Amino acid sequence: MNSLKRVGFALLAPVIAVLIAVLATSVVIAASGSDSSAGDFWSVILSKPDNRLLVNILNQTTMIYLAAVAAAIGFRMGLFNIGVEGQYLLASYTAATFAGAALLPGALNIMATLVIAMAVGAIWAGIAGILRTTRGVSEVISTIMLNSIALILVGYLLDRYGLHGGNQVRTKDLPESSQLAGWLPFERPDGPIWTLGLLAVAVGVGFWVLLNKTRFGFDLRATGLSQTAAVASGIKVDRMVLISMLLSGAVAGLIWMPAYFGSAHTYGTTFQAGLGFTGIAVALLGRNQPVGMVFGAVLFAFLSTQSNTLTFQTDISPSIVQITQGVAVLAVVIAYELVRRYRIRLEQRTVARARTAPVQEVTA
Amino acid sequence: MRRTTTFAALLSVSVLALGACSSSDSDGGDKASDNTSASASASADVCKDADGDGPKIGLAYDVGGRGDQSFNDSAYAGVAKAVDELDATCLEGEAQDAEPESAREDRLRQMADAGANAVVGVGFAYSDAINAVAPDYPDVNFGVVDGFDPDDKPNDNVAYFSFAANEASFLVGVAAAEKTASKQVGFVGGVHNDLIKGFEAGFTAGVKAVDPSIKVDVAYIEESDLSGFNDPAGGKTAAAGEFDKGADVVYHASGASGSGIFDAAVEAGDGNWAIGVDSDQYLTATADQQPHILTSALKRVDVATFDFIKSVADGSPKTSYVTYDLKNDGVGYSTSGGFVDDIKADIDGYADKIKSGEIKVPTAP
Repeated sequence: MNSLKRVGFALLAPVIAVLIAVLATSVVIAASGSDSSAGDFWSVILSKPDNRLLVNILNQTTMIYLAAVAAAIGFRMGLFNIGVEGQYLLASYTAATFAGAALLPGALNIMATLVIAMAVGAIWAGIAGILRTTRGVSEVISTIMLNSIALILVGYLLDRYGLHGGNQVRTKDLPESSQLAGWLPFERPDGPIWTLGLLAVAVGVGFWVLLNKTRFGFDLRATGLSQTAAVASGIKVDRMVLISMLLSGAVAGLIWMPAYFGSAHTYGTTFQAGLGFTGIAVALLGRNQPVGMVFGAVLFAFLSTQSNTLTFQTDISPSIVQITQGVAVLAVVIAYELVRRYRIRLEQRTVARARTAPVQEVTA
Repeated sequence: MRRTTTFAALLSVSVLALGACSSSDSDGGDKASDNTSASASASADVCKDADGDGPKIGLAYDVGGRGDQSFNDSAYAGVAKAVDELDATCLEGEAQDAEPESAREDRLRQMADAGANAVVGVGFAYSDAINAVAPDYPDVNFGVVDGFDPDDKPNDNVAYFSFAANEASFLVGVAAAEKTASKQVGFVGGVHNDLIKGFEAGFTAGVKAVDPSIKVDVAYIEESDLSGFNDPAGGKTAAAGEFDKGADVVYHASGASGSGIFDAAVEAGDGNWAIGVDSDQYLTATADQQPHILTSALKRVDVATFDFIKSVADGSPKTSYVTYDLKNDGVGYSTSGGFVDDIKADIDGYADKIKSGEIKVPTAP
């Protein structure tokens, strides 16, 4: 099959999925009997975002992308790390506590904090990895439980050791010398593009190289495709499971770091929860491909950010975009399966024709 | 690999769908018709028809939104009164679960950009966002319910409303202590944070003031996750646990999760009570819940919201910290249903002692 056709097939499924999501959302809005029509909804969502929203979309994209890569590392291996949420929660809290203590000056503090965030994420994911390899505990179950444990643990530690002020509790503020606001593309009130958004670029490139250019990446993909074949060809599956859980957790640890160093500067009410689950959805949407997930992350960030305007201009709740997102994820899985089957049929036909063709020539 | 993908897809879709459901449950005005998210703000809404030339209000709800029959609805009542009496117009925006800080800031900026001159953030979670936004809009006045200034740079266009919720909780604690037959009462908090601990402390102190031998069970729905204010199922589980262990009066401070506590009281049967919070929850409860709602601890968010809007309309906007307590009727308890009529004199006696300073109500357990 020529390359043009291949690209066409790769794009077919996501395009179908997005169309189905648009259709389903419109039907839900029409059926809900609200005063605003589906047309109002799409005109608000698709309107050109304000400068400040553009900045928000980009910043959200970087964090969602990091979460998606964290989930994808597991998926490629056939592992379902639902624990991204708990891993980045615990890592963010620990990192903020360490950075706020300002044990190191300026840039050194930033680097040490990033290492700590990755280490904590990796350890928390590693627990599930070890349970799986030594005791055969499904990582689905253990990571879900570790999410709850992380949530309670952070709540407890924050309450015990955090700074209480007003009605809130937070970690110590990050010293100014370690803050990394970022680049201001527009006016100051529109906000900066966070410097550590570059982490997403680095992690994305690293993920691509790892998958496609290293022995480990080959083993990872091979194990994901067929564990029995992998074992037969001498891949140590247990070791692979543990390493990919650790890697997945380490990336998860970085998820909130752009926001922390860019604008939050403390772990408190400004912490953004839920990115771990968004990451799983985006990894699926992007088929666990480094490039595909970029589009998925942009789409999710765009929809969520634009939805804030809905309450002001229409009678539609912003929660409706969660339906769009959910249907897109479900539809993309189905669409890929349909496209895959269609492609196999097409290939079979091509092969069949190629085999019969020379015979015809002879008879002619 | 393919099986993992399918499983993962189903799980993440259900997470998204449940997220959408939980927000829609809370923001629909009437319980019967809120199955779809889009109907959220469809029911009677003063902001849609208001066209006066008074102040323009921006009202940014906390998680749970309008329809929580508690905290957010109380703020809405204040705005509705302002529309009625001050010819105000208004804009509404609602927080989503797990939204980024930038979404909160953007919501406030959109209101200010749209010409609102009195912007109210409902809930302490807006404190940081308002602190970031207020300096950019010196002509707009901001108010934060339960808010505080997170840094040491004072903002001269921000008012922080603080409520002596511990005093109101003390009074309903007295009511609980006088009504309990099993000498055991319960408390359910939404999130184990400093704000809600104040409710717990006041309630326990009120109970113990009447009879130190009464046992108080304490449960929180979430340790730190704000979703505890929007989780009726979690509230029901927590309250049912307390009823099962022998408590016969349960007080909740959990926002929109409260309907679950009321349901638990209904299921516990006659002689079991629930106590509402923030608004007079007897008035918004369903018919089968009403006979179980003993009283509600009132936190007059509506009064604070209205006062703030009025001060803006009068040209002398309130700024800095404004305290609402028993003395200025900023907090209190409700008597709807008539279940506390027989002990009203006792409760008012305690209220007088708090006002005079004879009783100091603790703010932390």
